[in-house]
Amino acid sequence: MPVQCSSCACSRAVLKRPKTGHSLCKGCFFWAFEEETHRTITSARLFDRGETVAIGASGGKDSTVLAYVLKVLNERYDYGLNLLLLSVDEGITGYRDHSLEAVKRNQQQYDLPLKIVSYEELYGWTMDAIVKQVGVKNNCTFCGVFRRQALDRGAVMLNVDKICTGHNADDVAETVLMNVLRGDVARLNRCTAVSTAGGGSDGVVPRCKPLKYAYEKEIVLYAYFKKLHYFSTECVYSPNAYRGHARAFLKDLEAVRPSAIADVIHSGENLSLKEGVKMPVQGTCSRCGYISSQALCKSCVLLEGLNRGLPKLGIGKHHRLHGRILARQPLTPVEEEKMKTLEF
Amino acid sequence: MCQVEEEYSGPLEKTSLPTVSKKCMKCKESTAVLIIRVGDAFCRDCFREYFVHKFRAMLGKNRVIFPGEKVLLAVSGGPASSSMLTQVQEGLSRDAPKKLRFAPGIIYIDEGGACDQNAEEREKTLSQMEAIFRKTGFPYHIVSLEQVFSLPNSVLEPVSCGPERPGSSYKAAVDQYLQQKEVNQRQGQLATEEAQDAVAHLSVQASQVSPEHKQALEKLFSSLKTLTARQDMLQTLRQHLILHTARLNGYSKVMMGDSCTRLAIRLLSNISLGRGASLAVDTGFSDPRYGDVVIVRPMRDYSSKEIAFYNRLFGVRSLFISGLGTKTSDKASIQQLTESFVIKLQADFPSTVSTIYRTSEKLHTACPPQTSGAVAADKCLLCLCAVCNKADAASASHASLISERLSRGELGMEAKIDPASCCPSGTLDPFSCQREGQGCGEGGSCTAGRAPAPADLKSLLCYSCRLTVKDMAAEDTLPPYITSEAEKRWNRAQLKEEVREFLLEDEDEEVG
Repeated sequence: MPVQCSSCACSRAVLKRPKTGHSLCKGCFFWAFEEETHRTITSARLFDRGETVAIGASGGKDSTVLAYVLKVLNERYDYGLNLLLLSVDEGITGYRDHSLEAVKRNQQQYDLPLKIVSYEELYGWTMDAIVKQVGVKNNCTFCGVFRRQALDRGAVMLNVDKICTGHNADDVAETVLMNVLRGDVARLNRCTAVSTAGGGSDGVVPRCKPLKYAYEKEIVLYAYFKKLHYFSTECVYSPNAYRGHARAFLKDLEAVRPSAIADVIHSGENLSLKEGVKMPVQGTCSRCGYISSQALCKSCVLLEGLNRGLPKLGIGKHHRLHGRILARQPLTPVEEEKMKTLEF
Repeated sequence: MCQVEEEYSGPLEKTSLPTVSKKCMKCKESTAVLIIRVGDAFCRDCFREYFVHKFRAMLGKNRVIFPGEKVLLAVSGGPASSSMLTQVQEGLSRDAPKKLRFAPGIIYIDEGGACDQNAEEREKTLSQMEAIFRKTGFPYHIVSLEQVFSLPNSVLEPVSCGPERPGSSYKAAVDQYLQQKEVNQRQGQLATEEAQDAVAHLSVQASQVSPEHKQALEKLFSSLKTLTARQDMLQTLRQHLILHTARLNGYSKVMMGDSCTRLAIRLLSNISLGRGASLAVDTGFSDPRYGDVVIVRPMRDYSSKEIAFYNRLFGVRSLFISGLGTKTSDKASIQQLTESFVIKLQADFPSTVSTIYRTSEKLHTACPPQTSGAVAADKCLLCLCAVCNKADAASASHASLISERLSRGELGMEAKIDPASCCPSGTLDPFSCQREGQGCGEGGSCTAGRAPAPADLKSLLCYSCRLTVKDMAAEDTLPPYITSEAEKRWNRAQLKEEVREFLLEDEDEEVG
């Protein structure tokens, strides 16, 4: 027997919402998904009229759906936003080149301007070259740090007011769990925030996550029924490990109680830290001016390591070496030896 | 952060196996018998000393238990609480250096009725527990879970911070204790009487489990549709019984045997259950949520491994009692799932438990649990934690509510711009909308006085307890002290609504 849509009660339901368990027809599901994103945007006042907003586009499902939904909502509710796509080309053959194809398709379909910034032009290194030097371990550290900064640099080049990323509810909940497992209270405290403040410093553009409350499964369903094309392949360099544990745990939780993802985020939003817990202070990098809690920002340290042929310099904590890096002084032979190789 | 075998600096570092030295690392004489942590091999005597010291140090450091105070030890029969009982015995024994000076009693909650144990099994467990308790010479209370059906409402009423102790500083209390032991004892009695005035009398006797209560308990637990909810409810009811027994008998502290491992699991499972706001009271050393009775967790520095070793080496008896989660799969409930997740991860990354545990030390409750004028309506009916209904529209709880309402077609269908795929006008039911609305703090504005309907009950609960009740088929199976207290609070909120316009002070918080 066909199931009726629980929302309009007249059409036939085609799916069961992962988030609430209700059976919905296509139209009602689209409506609910878009309306929820709209409410996230308006209740948290993510955008102001007339702003230029860059959508961090990777070609994957989250950013594809985000770009589509933002375009729809911008027209439907007349946000008055100037939307554009911003992609980062890490230089990973067989992965990013393909996914950028997907982004370019999106650009044509949605008729949005696209800007691609590449690691090669920003740092002089592609990920392929980095992996050649660093090896397959630890290279995600480079990629993650560089991408964060690359997005900001791209945004500055385009002179945008805000960046929005496709982080979904699963990502946020997973990060809450990760930060508990790692004991990182500073990040735990801020990882559930829907947007970051610009902070006034140069080169830092405020970011937000309009899909923060959207379940990953619903994003896939939305893309499926809207027939959106996206690129879905794991990065060739990242077979997940520790984060994978948190991810698997979250999926299990969701299977036991579907609201668990929202519940974890709720918990994260309501945590508060004891006074007197030491927190890193945000400063700026004395070399490039980017935000940093240390004298040198992580990406400058990583880059220095790559350029000196000492890739381990940026892996782990070597704050005491920052002074000498800044002064462009050489390290002692013993230190060099330690930083050189990643094989052990 | 996401590669196979990536090395982690700091807490998550995978440690290589140490070379086992045969000598104890402490006295460097005797042969080591166990390795507690990487590199720390202990001989039997040094381990014992280390273990005993840790317990005293925990109590000494925190200074919340005053000399002469009556302390209730919650013993489940499991390894951790049994070990705690032994530690208290040891600390009170005459030859102990730094003798403990409080007056202990024991409580055991017989949960057999909720866990499908037959009468024979329950009888057997009880007699075994009693034998252990009798040996200690401490007074003990054996309470069956069925007794929640005869608890008075007063359990759920918040009590303003207990009778002020003479000289609230620890040092003064010690002096006083030394000077006049007897007077102090009489004061203890006074406190008892006070507590007894506050709560209705109830004879707490294990043998008297009436068949009606037995049935009622079975009905309650079969009405809970998920194991997650059943385990959560059991935990809540157990706390209420312990609290009631403590008040009735004048105990002002309750000791729980939660180990570090247990607390790490609880922290993570509470996050998954949406209890983020009350993590600190749920896992901290002391838990002041009940006001006059404070829960303390003196075993929170021991890992379950240390406890297991101690119990084995020094013959501490513990019992295996099958519970709700026994013989179920790892993924049967959120609590089970978290437990197996943490334990498996701990096996691969030995600092998992301690890292999670240290995270908990840095947290405190988002909403202060005890503001001076705290009223009942501010606290969750079940867990007695602050009901933190942030009226913030940009929050996960609000977003879930919106999803729920959108999926039921209760929200703004008239604004729908795609009428082709759907009927033109939605079934906008103002009543159900209003009922749903109470989740965000509009509970007081609903319909006329009547027995609490499902939605009404939820308005009195915190986010997490609301989830538990949501998994319930019939809310009328809840014990009467809960339903009648709910009704009372509901009526009061109603009353307040009626006279609202005449009230000079705007006490919004009470209608939450």
